[in-house]
Formats: sequence, C-alpha cells, structure tokens
Amino acid sequence: MVISSTNTDSAEHLNCTFASRYVRAAVPKFKMPETSIPKEAAYQVINDELMLDGNPRLNLASFVTTWMEPECDKLIMASVNKNYVDMDEYPVTTELQNRCVNMIAHLFNAPVGDDETAIGLGTVGSSEAIMLAGLAFKRKWQQRRKAQGKPYDKPNIVTGANVQVCWEKFARYFEVELKEVKLREEYYIMDPVQAVELVDENTICVAAILGSTLTGEFEDVKLLNELLTKKNEETGWETPIHVDAASGGFIAPFLYPELEWDFRLPLVKSINVSGHKYGLVYAGVGWVVWRTKDDLPEELIFHINYLGTDQPTFTLNFSKGSSQIIAQYYQFIRLGFEGYKHIMENCMESTRVLREGLEKMGRFKIVSKDVGVPLVAFSLKDSSKHTVFELSENLRRFGWIIPAYTMPPNAEKIAVLRVVVREDFSRNLAERLLSNIEEVLKEIDTLPSRLSTKAAHVTATINETQDGKFPKKSETETLEEVTRQWKRFVDGRRTGAC
Amino acid sequence: MVLSKTASESDVSIHSTFGSRYVRASLPRFQMPENSIPKEAAYQIINDELMLDGNPRLNLASFVTTWMEPECDKLIMAAINKNYVDMDEYPVTTELQAIRPAISGAVLDPIGKRFNRCVNMIAHLFNAPLGDSETAVGVGTVGSSEAIMLAGLAFKRNWQNKRKAEGKPYDKPNIVTGANVQVCWEKFARYFEVELKEVKLRDGYYVMDPQKAVEMVDENTICVAAILGSTLNGEFEDVKLLNDLLTEKNKQTGWDTPIHVDAASGGFIAPFLYPELEWDFRLPLVKSINVSGHKYGLVYAGIGWAIWRNKEDLPEELIFHINYLGADQPTFTLNFSKGSSQVIAQYYQLIRLGYEGYRNIMENCRENMIVLKEGLEKTGRFNIVSKDNGVPLVAFSLKDNSSHNEFEVSETLRRFGWIVPAYTMPPDAQHVTVLRVVIREDFSRTLAERLVIDIEKVLHELDTLPARVKAKIAAAADEDTNGNAAAETLAHKKSDVERQREITTFWRKYVSDKKKTNGVC
Repeated sequence: MVISSTNTDSAEHLNCTFASRYVRAAVPKFKMPETSIPKEAAYQVINDELMLDGNPRLNLASFVTTWMEPECDKLIMASVNKNYVDMDEYPVTTELQNRCVNMIAHLFNAPVGDDETAIGLGTVGSSEAIMLAGLAFKRKWQQRRKAQGKPYDKPNIVTGANVQVCWEKFARYFEVELKEVKLREEYYIMDPVQAVELVDENTICVAAILGSTLTGEFEDVKLLNELLTKKNEETGWETPIHVDAASGGFIAPFLYPELEWDFRLPLVKSINVSGHKYGLVYAGVGWVVWRTKDDLPEELIFHINYLGTDQPTFTLNFSKGSSQIIAQYYQFIRLGFEGYKHIMENCMESTRVLREGLEKMGRFKIVSKDVGVPLVAFSLKDSSKHTVFELSENLRRFGWIIPAYTMPPNAEKIAVLRVVVREDFSRNLAERLLSNIEEVLKEIDTLPSRLSTKAAHVTATINETQDGKFPKKSETETLEEVTRQWKRFVDGRRTGAC
Repeated sequence: MVLSKTASESDVSIHSTFGSRYVRASLPRFQMPENSIPKEAAYQIINDELMLDGNPRLNLASFVTTWMEPECDKLIMAAINKNYVDMDEYPVTTELQAIRPAISGAVLDPIGKRFNRCVNMIAHLFNAPLGDSETAVGVGTVGSSEAIMLAGLAFKRNWQNKRKAEGKPYDKPNIVTGANVQVCWEKFARYFEVELKEVKLRDGYYVMDPQKAVEMVDENTICVAAILGSTLNGEFEDVKLLNDLLTEKNKQTGWDTPIHVDAASGGFIAPFLYPELEWDFRLPLVKSINVSGHKYGLVYAGIGWAIWRNKEDLPEELIFHINYLGADQPTFTLNFSKGSSQVIAQYYQLIRLGYEGYRNIMENCRENMIVLKEGLEKTGRFNIVSKDNGVPLVAFSLKDNSSHNEFEVSETLRRFGWIVPAYTMPPDAQHVTVLRVVIREDFSRTLAERLVIDIEKVLHELDTLPARVKAKIAAAADEDTNGNAAAETLAHKKSDVERQREITTFWRKYVSDKKKTNGVC
C-alpha cells in the first residue's frame, strides 16, 4: 500500500546533511532510537562531536603510537574485517603473528635456535601479556609447592611501587599478594636490594620494569638477577624474574644493545612488550615471550575445536581484529633493525633538545634520566605559588596535552609534568613546545597564587560549591573570594578553549 | 664526498616494486632484517601474502561481522590513532562508551558529567531496571571473553564476600553451565580457579537443561550461566524456566544463587526478533549479561559489552581508580590500552540503524536462513539440527554418513570458496557431527541459493567416490599434505585398509583429472 505524501515533504535524502532534520535532533544518549537515519547523517553527527576530542598527535601524555605510514593504513583497513582468532580461515595472518613472535624473541636474545620457533604470542596490550605471564608464574609456583607438599594458597609477587596499574589488577583479580618496594625521593624505581629482601617462599616472581611509566628509567635488571641468584642459592626457592619491558623493549635493543636486561640473564623467564608503544603500531597489540617451553605450563593452554579445527589458545581475549598484527609485521620488515635504530635515535635527539631547553629556563628540575625511554619528566623548582597542575591546564589552551601527577609512595610530595617523545614528535614541535611553556610561565607569574597544592587542581569545582564548604576558616573564605574575583577578571580578558 | 655510480646501479627508488630486488629476497621469518626497505615494497609483499588468506565474507564459520558501511570505515580510520584508555584526552570518545558505575565523581572532566551512551543504550535494550536519566552499570570490552571474565570475577568476589560474612569457607567456588559453553567459560574457570560443573548434553537436546542445572547448584555455586544463542546450533536456552526453578531452590536453601546470561550472539537478536521472550533483566535473578558487539552488534572484531543489573552487582573493590595520565579514572577491564575505533563504530550502528534498522537486518537474516534450510531439506540428504528460533544459522548433519562424512563435505566445499566448518558435539553427544552455516548481515539470498547449489554439487561428487575407511584415518590423511608416509604407517597393520586407500587415491586422481576445477582451497 503506497501512502501518498505532499510535495512539501521533499525527500529527506536531497537535503544536504546540515540542512536536514538530523542535525536538529538531540543525539540519542540513553536509548536506542526507534528509527534509522541515513548513513551520511550518522557519519557527520559522530564525526563532528569527535572534533572535540583532543588531537592524538599533540597528546604528549601517551606512549602509544599515533602515526603510521599511509601504506600501513591501507593494510590495516584491508584486514579490519578479519577475526584474528579464526586460525584455520586466515592461515597467513596467523603465520604473521608467529613470525613477529620469533623476531621479538630473537631481539630479546631468547635461547632459541636459528630455525626454532619461539614461545610467545600476540595480545591486545601489555596488560593482557602481563596477566598471562603472571598466570604462568603462579601456576608453576603452585605445581612446585604441591610437589614439595607445602601450602600454596598465599602467592605473592614483588615489584616496585612505580608499577603500572595492570600489575595491581593482576594481583587483585588473580588473588596474588602484591609486595611493593616503596620509592624514595630521588630514587623513583625499584631498588633491587630491597626487592630481593622482600622475596620469600611464597613469591611467584619478581617483576622489574624496563622503562618506568613515571620517569622512563630502566631498572637494573642485571643487578637484580645477580642478587636473586645468590638468594636462590641460599634458600633453594628458584624465584624467577619477569621483565615488564612495555616501553623499553623496543628501545634498549636499538639504543643500548650492550645493556643486559633480557634473556641473557638466566633468571629472566618471560618478557612483555607493547607493540603499540615503541613497537610503532596503533593501539591494540602487545607481545609476551617466554624463555622456553617449560616456562609456560601446558595445562594453561587450551586446545579447542572452535570452527572446525584444533587450535591451541592461551589468551584472555578471543575474537579480535587482525589489523594490528599485520601492522606490526609491516613495521618489522619495512624498518628492519636500522630503521628502528634511526627512529629511536631521533627520539632521543628531540628529547635532548627539549630537556636542554627546559633547563635553560632555570625554573625546572629534570627528574628523568638521560638513559631510558625518550621522555622528559620535570618539576618546578619552586612550587609554592604555582604548581605543575596549573602549568598543565594552561598548556592545554595551546593544544598541548601534558599531564601532571604526583609520585607514588613514599615520594608523594613530588609532582611532575611529563612529556613523552614519540616517533612523530619532531624537533620543530619540541622547539614550539618550549616557547609555549615560556609563555605560560610568564602568564601565570602575573597571577596570584592559588590556596594550596591540593586545592589547586580542584579549583574548577570550588568555584561552583557553596561557601559553606569551608565554614571553619574565615581566612580561607576570603582568599577564595579573592581568587574567584581574579579568575573572573582574568577570564574576561582572555578567550580560549580548554 | 660524492661517490660516482655507474648507470646500471640505478636508483632503487625508481624500480617498480615487482622489478625491484625486494621481491626476490625471501621474507624474514625468524629474525628482524638488518635493513629497511621502501614502504611500497613492504606494503606489496605483505598484501600479496595475505591474498592467500580466506575471504572473510565467505567465512560462514564465523559470527563476527565482516562488512560495514563505507561511512563507518571512514570513522574507523580516523579514530585508529586514539588510544581508548586516555579518557582525559579523548572525552567524547569516552562518553560514547565509558564505565561510570555511579561512583562519587572524582573525575576531572572538562566537559562536565559524563554519560555512557552505548552502555546505556544496551542496558535499556536489555530492560535493566533504570530510571530514564539514570546511568547504567557496564563496560566495553575487547570481546565477550573479557566481558565474561569480568562478570565471573564480580560473581566470585560477591560470593566470597557473602561467605566471609557468614563465616563459611570460600575456597571452593564453582559455576554451573551447559557442556555447550564456549571455551572462554572454561578459560575463566581454569585461570580464576573456579570449578566448572557442566550439565551434559544428550542426543536431540543440545543446550543446558534448566532442571539438571538447578540440581547441580550447591552452596559453593557463584552463579549459573545460561547461553542465549548456543555456539553449536544457535538455540536460546530457556532462561525463564531456569529463573523460576532457581528462585524456588533459593527460597528453600537461602543461597541466593544468581544467573548470568551469556548473550554473546543472542543479545542483539532476541530484542528485535523475539521481544516477548523473557531472558534479560526482566527476570529478577539475572544479575549480568554480556553481548558481543562484533557479532550481531554489527561491528568488526574487537568489541563486547558487559552490563550489570545495578551497582551492587559490581563489587567496588574490583574497580581501580588510577591517576594514569594526570586525571583520576575508574577502570574495570582486563585490557588497558586499545583502539577506539570499535566503540565509535558501535555507536554509529546504534544511531544509524536504530531499533527498526536492527530489526530489519535480523528479519532478513532469518528469512535467508529459512531459504537455506529449506533448500537443504529439499535435497533429502540432511537432518536439520538447529531450531527455527534462535540465532540465524543452519546446523545440519548427513542422514547417512557411513560412506562420506560431514568433514569431507566441508573440505570439498572449500574448493568452491566457501568456508563451512564441521565439528562434533560435546559430551554426551560426541557421535553427532554437524556442519554449520552462520547467516550474517552480508549473506544475501542470492548467496544462500548459490550455496545450496554448490552443496548439491559436492554431494554429487562425493557420491561418485568410494567410501573412505574410517573418518579418523581419512581426516588424518587429508590434513597432512605430505602425510602419505604417516597414513601408510597407520595402515600397515591392516592390509585391507592399504588396498582401499590405493583404490581411493586412484579414483580421486581419475576423477580430478577428468574435471579441471580451478577452485582455490
């Protein structure tokens, strides 16, 4: 049955998107809309909202890759509809994963023969890789304790307090106790001596980080290996080491090849690395490699008959896209060893430029070291009047996203800004950032100081709350009012999007 | 210093890719190559190798989406360099999904209060008991595996807390499911040290029997998991009956055992095709549901959703508040960094299609499924094992598999380009082998009819071949391409077998020489 419509109701599809009714309606947020809309409208509506997201390439907070060559983008798009887990259907993609694992294992000096296949797999990121490695350690430790007839219900893991959150997740979700070596001022990584002291018979492994999230430093895995070997000889506990090389795994082999941190050290049983950090691939791929077959308990591997053939699987995720694996392989053969080396050298150069520029300003203390992940972490020499949090907010106006944060215990009074130098952060951008930082410093120098470091980064909310929030102190109240007045005055003079 | 070169050593960059030396070298497999190569060469080499992968759209084995509109592809490419976990840097992307279980906001958010759009939409689709502007409790994951592990973790922790409060032992948790569960439940059980109590299947009944399930529940059961859309034959389990029986048992025992619905496939089908079917939060014992965005959510591989009934069902202690890149963000996932593209694509689909769009697509899938099913029935050679109501797929077995079995049909179909898997049922129905065709959005009626024709051709061909001796030996021989030696050592014990093998090989060669098929496996 055809219902006739009057001419004034001209076909919706003739309207250009911005003339159509679709941009007049509020975009659905809670319930699925009843009716469909044309694909162009859907595209436009979403695309426009996403303009308000930060620009990924100016996101100096993240280690994760934000640029790849157009040829690689082509490969990625072509494989976006391949479900990686269908090994039987996509045998070449599966083989590419195996090749990547072999290459990474060799890069880390795994004791595999030239034509022998390494033990490892691709994951969605270092989080999954770490959980799998941790699971393997936990199971091996349990087996050993059972064989010795000892209790195995209280496993623990020793790490530094500077670990990335996924270790804490692993500990909490898999019911392993986390024994953290506390940091101290000027020493922001795990102290090997203290770590080895914390090791007891229930320790499933000691986790060292190559490229601490906070300052980019490499922990001294060699020293840890030596001290732990000695302790193992005394106690007979055989405690192994895991190296979390999420960032550092693709830096150390190219910039510091003589640094011993990988499988060259006998106690290192597994290593994880993020393909999407300095592996130079977009977000969504990580790798974990084990030393030998024995380090990965067979009982954790599932042999399934999923879509018709037997396939072994040991991952937390199942279905996922194939694009990143292919992109990783692309990078390996496209760049090769020399390509990666050049890129890392360039990153270090830009880092040096940035660091020297900051030092020249005389206002900053550089917290990161020269050797490590190419990043610069710096704190204000004098944070009595203004804090790094203010700096961070103000830099946002220029488009730069630079995070500020406090160190973990016991160095909580140190707050730093951190700039990560990725492949696509050229020297030009470094110099521009320096000049913007200088501008910002000049600006905030003219402003009165905010109340205290704590109150500083919640100033936005204080302006909205009632005065009744601080009824006890009238001094505070007055200061608050003054701040508000100034903010209004200053805001009125400037226009800028946060 | 300029080194002069002779003209023959022309600049590598002007060679066409296939004229360059890069296609002469063997591709590195074990070690990273020392030198770089031009990007065009790298692209071409990899692209060419990948041509030998199966065609995703002819992969009838998979539920996972293999086609999306070009507009969506544009959005996906544009978002590929956004790391989804950087909530502070990409607030809009986060808003499209975000986990915000009404935790008192320590979130420093320049745009203001956040709403989790996709999670809300899906929660409403599942009739979660929410007010109109109340935010739902849920999270986007990489797939249903992660979603199930998170849901399982929540149940385990809730149960442990309950037992601790009662002063009872909490070291032997178990979970009750059917033997037809997808492997990730077994993974969950093994990795998180929970015992898996499986309700066995039986001939003719390939899903979990609610009665048997409830019988298996004991005080250590953290939850009962029902599947909406069994992997094997697409059936929906009777969650309502399970809810009724379990409610009764809970009244008697006081154990409060909850239900989780694994709606990985069915979650985006039931609300559109069978809205009156009660399987979701309308049933009081259902505390969490997972669904795969990348199955009938119509998004490419890499996204799933876990939704909880309300805040209480997600223990606070499992949620981490981290100060990752400068702002506080709550997180409860196993993965951390991952791409944002799929979340954006899911949102695109939800608003682009809306309720009617999804319904239209599911109805088309169902229609095409009927066409395929009837075509197969008409050949008279198959038993249809799947039901009409359920996930749009057709699972079928040969009426007579004495001379040829389903595995052979599957292999032979491969020559035509179709990827149709064959597999045996789990215990206690291992003697039943089925072939399964999944109907996805992009499987049109034309393709369905063509598939029926090709299946008829395959049957015809197999009929002309002599029977293989045993399915096992046949499968082994076919799977190793160089395996003549292996097959022969097996056969050495029985000379009958050897003889028959020779005959088979001779016939096969004879027949394939007669027909010049140009199909690629």
